[in-house]
This record gives sequence, structure tokens and C-alpha cells, in this order.
Amino acid sequence: MEEKIVVKNLSKVFGKNPDKALKALKDGKSKDEVLRDQKQMVGVYDVSFSVKTSEIFVLMGLSGSGKSTLQRLINRLHEPSSGQIIIEGTDITKLNKKELRDFRRKHFCGMVFQNFAVLPHRTVLENVEFGLELQGAEKEDRRKKAREIIKIVGLEGNEESYPSELSGGMLQRVGLARGLAVDADIMLMDEAFSALDPLIRTQMQDELLELQNRMQKTIIFVTHDLDEAFKLGNRIAIMYDGRIIQIGTAEEIISRPANDYVKSFVEDMNRAAVLTAGTIMRPVEETAFPGDGPRTILRKIRKKGLSGILMTDTKRELKGYVRADELAEYINKHKDKEPLPFDNSLLHKTEQVYENTPLSEVINKYTGLEFGPLPVTDENNKLKGVIVKGTLIAALSESYRPEVEGE
Amino acid sequence: MFPYRIPLRDWVTAAVEYLETEFAFFFDGFSTLIFFLVNNFKDGMLFLHPLVLIIIITAITWYMAGWKNSIVAFLGLLLSENIGLWEPFVETLALVLTAELLVVLLGLPLGIWAARSDRVNAVMRPILDFMQTMPAFVYLIPAVMFFGLGLVPGVVATFVFALPPLIRLTNLGIRQVPHELVEAADAFGATSTQKLLKVQMPVAKATILAGLNQSIMLGLSMVVIAAMIGAGGLGADVLRGIQRLQVGQGFEAGLVVVILAIILDRITAGFGTRRKS
Repeated sequence: MEEKIVVKNLSKVFGKNPDKALKALKDGKSKDEVLRDQKQMVGVYDVSFSVKTSEIFVLMGLSGSGKSTLQRLINRLHEPSSGQIIIEGTDITKLNKKELRDFRRKHFCGMVFQNFAVLPHRTVLENVEFGLELQGAEKEDRRKKAREIIKIVGLEGNEESYPSELSGGMLQRVGLARGLAVDADIMLMDEAFSALDPLIRTQMQDELLELQNRMQKTIIFVTHDLDEAFKLGNRIAIMYDGRIIQIGTAEEIISRPANDYVKSFVEDMNRAAVLTAGTIMRPVEETAFPGDGPRTILRKIRKKGLSGILMTDTKRELKGYVRADELAEYINKHKDKEPLPFDNSLLHKTEQVYENTPLSEVINKYTGLEFGPLPVTDENNKLKGVIVKGTLIAALSESYRPEVEGE
Repeated sequence: MFPYRIPLRDWVTAAVEYLETEFAFFFDGFSTLIFFLVNNFKDGMLFLHPLVLIIIITAITWYMAGWKNSIVAFLGLLLSENIGLWEPFVETLALVLTAELLVVLLGLPLGIWAARSDRVNAVMRPILDFMQTMPAFVYLIPAVMFFGLGLVPGVVATFVFALPPLIRLTNLGIRQVPHELVEAADAFGATSTQKLLKVQMPVAKATILAGLNQSIMLGLSMVVIAAMIGAGGLGADVLRGIQRLQVGQGFEAGLVVVILAIILDRITAGFGTRRKS
């Protein structure tokens, strides 16, 4: 994946003399000292990172950590004090007012706000076409586009409603739709779901992920909620005191917190929601193939001392589960038959999970399992590994640290 | 207490005289404009049969403020006509409309300017305070000096007196637009004109119209006072009642002023709460 946004040594000081504050910080003064001595507020200091095309990049931090400031620097709602923001090869800190406006129209899907920021005097339809209207699109075209997007975000039938008639969840759909209607690819979302009640919030998160699958935008999502960050973010940047202290996937952060601050954060984390079947599964040692005779399969099972075995075809596509006791009985019944073919009635359908299935769901599936290990497959039903009781319990325990690729 | 008296009154007089001579062309032009506006409003309204105008005003009240208010308006207007105060009623309405037209033309841009610049706001605020606390009568003096007696200085004094609330509330309304709405417009790449017309003004509409309502009410009170310098209209009848101690006449004229005030208030209060359906 190419890098869509590259941020280099970005700093933001709110005050009359940013250079002076930056110099003091460089000399080792703290943010608080700068605030006390110079009455200047450091929002973001010396931050560098990059965001890849079509990823959801989450800025996570408590209030005052500088996450919203950082996000507003990326579309220059705040003027950077120093540093560079390179979006698709253009350093936007160098753009003049008009160039910046054109750049925003071309590259940014506006912004999605915590309090929705929909225009109260406009209907849903008029709100959604707002961005297109600013760009000077023809009325017919923007209406058409707006209706299309309204359908996608599930607001159909509310086109003519006013914001005062809508619930929070619906208002945020309007906010989302307004962004999506613009033909741009960077979406900035500032605590977009934080004002919604928990049920609606989870639902909106799921819908965002689903939308993202279809629309493939590059999203920078600001949140103070670690669960949300881990659920949505392909990668997460944890901010503290105006700096980024760790960037990584949810699993990287959980398994290797950069410092005690991050550690204390992730300790309370609901592990089952973050860890996935793929990280905790074990490799499959032996499988049966339909071509194997019943006797061969039984030998494979006995060798491992198991009570059954998973069957795949030669392309490792999962077929089902074969129980040792049933197999032995079958062989007994047909003692004289030679060669004895495998009978499909011996094959049981089994529950299965995907590599990216979160642990919470794995537990549910495991509970419903009648026998054998829980197979993990990819989207083509190819067997990737198995989960047994031991791995599941180990993964949920505090001390567990999954092995991360590349280590 | 001091041997020297600061010649404040001489300065003001000198300044006014200076303006009067040097900017005569401006005052003449302004004078002509106001004359033109007032007379056209008045002649236009008097051209209609009273009953026609009464029905029109009643209809507007109905549309803006509902049927209950329109009944009050209808009865009040009939009464005004019946007691023979129809012409002064129309004349006063014409004066107020003219003054308010000027108020909107100047007040709206000034309010927007003040909302966009803290510095402008800082300068404008004490001036507005001054304008609003200065006793209304005092405005009559410079108005007379620049424009003589008659309806023009009356309109000018009304205009000056009614200007501050619109500027203030336009400023306030725009400043109260939620920050996120403005940020949203910026994030979508709005120009400052687009931001003003598509976000700030529509969202501030209710506050701005409340300012207009206040301004009209103040204007109406001033128009009555302006009768002292010959502005005509209902104020003249009130004044005549006072001078001749004719309680009955004075009361009638005063009552019609109240009727006009109620109608104008209901109609303009309706602006703010009404939403396009």
C-alpha cells in the first residue's frame, strides 16, 4: 500500500511566538514550563507518521493529548507552526489560501464531527449536497449524487426531514453522507461516534467498517475510546501530551506496549475484542483426505492420540470432522471389505471461524462445538489452523502475549 | 471649581457647522432620497382604498403570526380608519418603513463586519453603547441642523436611533453560530462568501430577525417623538393633543400608535420563528 499522507516533524503552538516555544521544547523544557514561562500552549510537538491509502488510521488519546489538534492540522483548519504535511506529493503547508481551498475540495471529504455539525436550516438532502454545492456542481447532478449516498448510509425516506426531527445516530449518518457525497478520498472523523449512546455507537462502527469495505477511503479517526480505536483502526497512534508515543496495529500495541502509559491503558482492554482467531490459532499437525481409506485415517488419529480429525481436500479446503469412535465402528462392521472406501456419512459438519474473527466470537463458536478442535479458515474455506481449549484459555489470561509476525 | 470651562458645546457646534457647509451636496442628496422613499411608500399605500390595505395587512399578519393576531390587526386597523386617523397611520408606517430600509442596508453589513473582526467589534461596541444611551431627543438636534425641519430629519433621527440593535444582534447571531458548523464549511473548502451566505447568515437568521424586530419597535417610538421637528404622522396628533390639552385626541392617536406597534411586532416576531415548510 502506498503512503497517502506523510507527516514530518509537525508541531503546533497556540500563541504569539511559536518559534520561541519550539526552541524551548528543543532545549528540553516541558510543555507545562512553556505554558508557565511564555503563556503559549503547545498542542502538538514534533510528530511524524504516515497514513496508507485506504486504511483507517486512528488517533487515540485522552482529552488534551493533542489528537484533535493534530487532525485539524492535516487539513490546515489549524495552521502548523512547523513541519510538513505531504498529501499525495503536495506539501500542503506551502499552499496559499486559494490553493488550500481547492486542495480541500479535491482531496478531503470535509470532516465528520462529534456533534454532527449538520446545518439546522437545511433538509437531509440539502445537507448531503452541501459539499458538492460549494464546489459549484449542477443542481441536478448533486441531487442525484446525494440521493445515491443517502441510500448507501440508510437514510432513504428521510430526504426531506430537517435535522431537528432526527435522532443522533441518524444525524451522524447525515454527517457521514455529506462527506461521502464529495468525490474525495481522505475522510477526517473527529470523535464521530462519541456522542451516540452505546448501542447505536456499536452499530455505527460496524456500518463504518462495512462502508469502508465498499468505499475504500483513507480515514483518520480521532477517538478517546480504546475499544473503538482497536475495533476500527487498521493502525492506531496513541498520543500523550502532544506527541505520538506508539503507532501500530491493535495486536502490536496490546502485545508490546511502548511504555508504562500505554501498558496501563491496554490493561483494562477487553482482550477478547482485540485478539483474533488468527493470532491464537495453532498449526494443524495432521489432516485426513477423502482419498485416505478409513483405516489410514484411523491410524493418523491414533498416532496423535486424538478423538477425531479434520478432513480437507488436497487443496486444504475444509470438508468436516471425522470421529475416531464412529470410524472404528465402521471399520469393524465392514471387516471383510477390501478395499474399504471412506463413507461420507462419517463426515460431520463443524463450526468454523475466520482468521480475523475476534476472540469474543470465537468463544461463542467454541461453546457451541460438539466435538473436536475449532478450525480456522481463510475466506476461501482453506484450513489455516485450529483452536483448542488450551489456546483459548491461555489467550484470555492476562500474561498472554501473542507472537507477532516479524519477531 | 475650575477657572476654565471646556468648550465642548462650541466644538460640537463647530463640527456640525463644518460638516453642514462642506458636505452640503451629500446631505442634499440624502435628503432627496429619503423624501422620495417616504412619499412613494405613502402615496402607494394611500392610493389603495383603506379597506384594501387593511385586508392586505391583515393577510400578512395572518401569514406571519396566525389568525388570532390577524383578527386583532383587522379590528385595530378598522378602528384607526373609523376615528379618522387613517392618513397619519399610513404616514407613520411610511416613515418607519423608510427608516428601517436604511437600517437594514447599513446595519446588516456593519453587523457582519463586526462579527468577522474582533478589532472592528471593539471599536464599534462603545459607539453603539453611546448611541443607545444617548437620550432620544438629542438626536433631533443634529438632524434638524443638517436637514432642517420636516420628515427627512425625522427619518434620519429614527434611523440613527434604530440602527444599534440590528448591528448588535447581527454580530451576536453570527458569532453564536456553532464553531463546528464553521469548521465543517471550511473543511469542505468553502470561500468566505459561501460560508457567510450558506452557513452563518441562515443559522443566525432568528437572532438577526430579533434584532430587526427590536429595531422596528425603537424606530416606531422615535417616529412619534420626531413629530416635534415636524415629521408628521401620528406623532403630530399626539403632540397636538398635548399642546392643546385635548386628552381625547391625544388618547386616540396614542392608541393607533399602539395598534401599529402590535401589528409590526407580531409580523416581525413571526419572521424569526417561521420555518420554510
